[in-house]
Amino acid sequence: MKILEKFSAVATIAGFSFYACAFGLLGVLPWFMTNRVAPIKGGLDFDAVFLPKTVPVDFRDKYKTLAEYKAAIDFGRKNYIAEACWHCHTQYVRPVGNEVARYGPVSENWEYQNEMNLPQLFGTRRVGPDLTREWNKHNIDWHFAHFRNPQDVVPESVMPRYDWFYDDKGKPNDRGWAITAYVMWLGSWRRNEAPPATPH
Amino acid sequence: MGNTYSIDTVSAGHVNYARVRLWLATSFFWFAAALLAGYAYSLQFIRNYPFAGIEWLSPGRVRVTHTSGVAFGFLVTATIGLMEYVIPKLTNRPVLSQKVGWLALIVWNLIILTTVIGYLFFGQMQAIEWGETPTWIDPVVLLALAIVAVNNVLGPILKFSLESGRGLYVSLWYFTAAFVWTAINYFVGNFLPQYWVPGSAGASLTSMYIHDLVGLYVTPVGWGLMYYLVPVVLQKPIFSHKVSLLGFWALAFLYPLNGAHHYLFSPIPMWVQSLSIVSSVGVHLVVYTVIYNFLQTLRQGGTDSYTKLPLRWFVAGAISYLLTCMQCALHVTLTVQEHVHFTDWVVGHAHFVMFGTFSFFVFGFVTYLWPRLWGKSGWWSDSLNHWAFWMMAIGNFVMWTSLMIGGLIQGASWMALEPFTKSITASEPYWVTRSITGVGILLGYSFFAVNLYKTATTRGEKAPAMARPALAM
Repeated sequence: MKILEKFSAVATIAGFSFYACAFGLLGVLPWFMTNRVAPIKGGLDFDAVFLPKTVPVDFRDKYKTLAEYKAAIDFGRKNYIAEACWHCHTQYVRPVGNEVARYGPVSENWEYQNEMNLPQLFGTRRVGPDLTREWNKHNIDWHFAHFRNPQDVVPESVMPRYDWFYDDKGKPNDRGWAITAYVMWLGSWRRNEAPPATPH
Repeated sequence: MGNTYSIDTVSAGHVNYARVRLWLATSFFWFAAALLAGYAYSLQFIRNYPFAGIEWLSPGRVRVTHTSGVAFGFLVTATIGLMEYVIPKLTNRPVLSQKVGWLALIVWNLIILTTVIGYLFFGQMQAIEWGETPTWIDPVVLLALAIVAVNNVLGPILKFSLESGRGLYVSLWYFTAAFVWTAINYFVGNFLPQYWVPGSAGASLTSMYIHDLVGLYVTPVGWGLMYYLVPVVLQKPIFSHKVSLLGFWALAFLYPLNGAHHYLFSPIPMWVQSLSIVSSVGVHLVVYTVIYNFLQTLRQGGTDSYTKLPLRWFVAGAISYLLTCMQCALHVTLTVQEHVHFTDWVVGHAHFVMFGTFSFFVFGFVTYLWPRLWGKSGWWSDSLNHWAFWMMAIGNFVMWTSLMIGGLIQGASWMALEPFTKSITASEPYWVTRSITGVGILLGYSFFAVNLYKTATTRGEKAPAMARPALAM
């Protein structure tokens, strides 16, 4: 028993080895397993799998090319992170009673194998609804009104307003367009599976 | 059962009092900021957020200021300060370098400051829960943690170990392991999912980080400090050295495996989730052995456990710990998880751990230490201390209960396929209750803060810093 009280055992076995063991089981193995499904580079082709063939009709006036649209999604994601949206909205649908009916198909591994998931945005709290399948839940005007003042469109909502997504005239600015492009992109890669279009 | 260690015979020299004071004072400043941020954020939920439409005070940014403020600003800062007191006492050695010690204090506080500025004014947030520190600050944090680890913790402990050839006292096992874990864990959590590992494997690593910041830093350091404080205040040894061994080694083995229980029912491979569930339930081995050991220790002290304020803080914290761990073993099962995940149940759980348990441990230690640090014969006001304890203890329990009930209702509403907004309107009474308990906690804390300040600045009676057995606690 004496050895268990020594600095060497505590630092190398309890400290390093046990953590390394957990890192192997919780980190390295899942990494290999999911990467076999879709390596981040060379596996799933982002543009082919996750982007529409053309810029969605709502966004054509703002983004001329698919490359611009993709950049906007990424910029929208950065705003989504900066405003801590991911603290109140999750991005995974669980195989649990109400969630398929409410949100759409259960989340699968491959859906997260892309650079928009560095880091992933699963989230741990749902003050507002899950956004994994947000693409067909609301239209673009709803989003523009909603980001400006959520209570105008959902009176019960406790979501804060985001005035800085709009210019002086109340029109969405680049950030407003980008975050809307991002949330209206979420789940669109499974548009052929006819998820429920009803609001949450 | 016998105990070969007697803490209070170990020499008390080598503690840099000025630096311990500053670590603690800055940690209490950050705690005040974090509490205010948390309270302001709670007002958003009852539709009375005072700063609506102001970008830098957007509730999302304020929320992270709250969580990072509590974790890094308060708990890490305060515990580093307390370890600067405990480790020299237990090893009879100072930190490796006093200069580096000062550097660590300054750098650490600059990290917290720039982090908060980054969140609020620049929206620079990393999407890693509990690791939102802006990505460009992460390497500095890693460096600072490494410096503290080598200079303040592992260095003196290793020197003691080599020079004396003896085993370490319980507290030092916890401190040693915590700094080995945390230095690696910070890298794993803040770098791998950000740059290399996407999707569910990244989520698995993130969950490891979320869990291990609490389970492998806050928990072991908190308990390590209590393994020092409780015997010292009681003037009695820890009940059983063997039971301490079991508690430590079980924690070391089981806690790192717990991570994925933060993302149950997610696309993370199911066997990983099952592994985390089993090891999380296994954590009860840790909890009951440690609690049993401390209860038996407290028993030797008769009424000390509630008449002496540092121990009262400890007992309240230990009750929170027991309850929160029992809650964990319950909601980590898939059956319960289905219902309570994503709800305020989890928010209540987190408050009970970070505030109800480990902040209380810190308050207990500071209640014991603060007058001694300033060479005072006692606190400026004992009754303010009692008020602070009861306001925060009641606030903590009521907030937890309210969030727990609110969480169950939210989960039930979702399962019943009600419109989502029903889960919001149904939560309102519990969110109002939370904000009210927040007022209580803020008041209690302000009493404590005033007392800290007054004790440090008034009531002369400079006794020599070491020999002061007559303090009334």
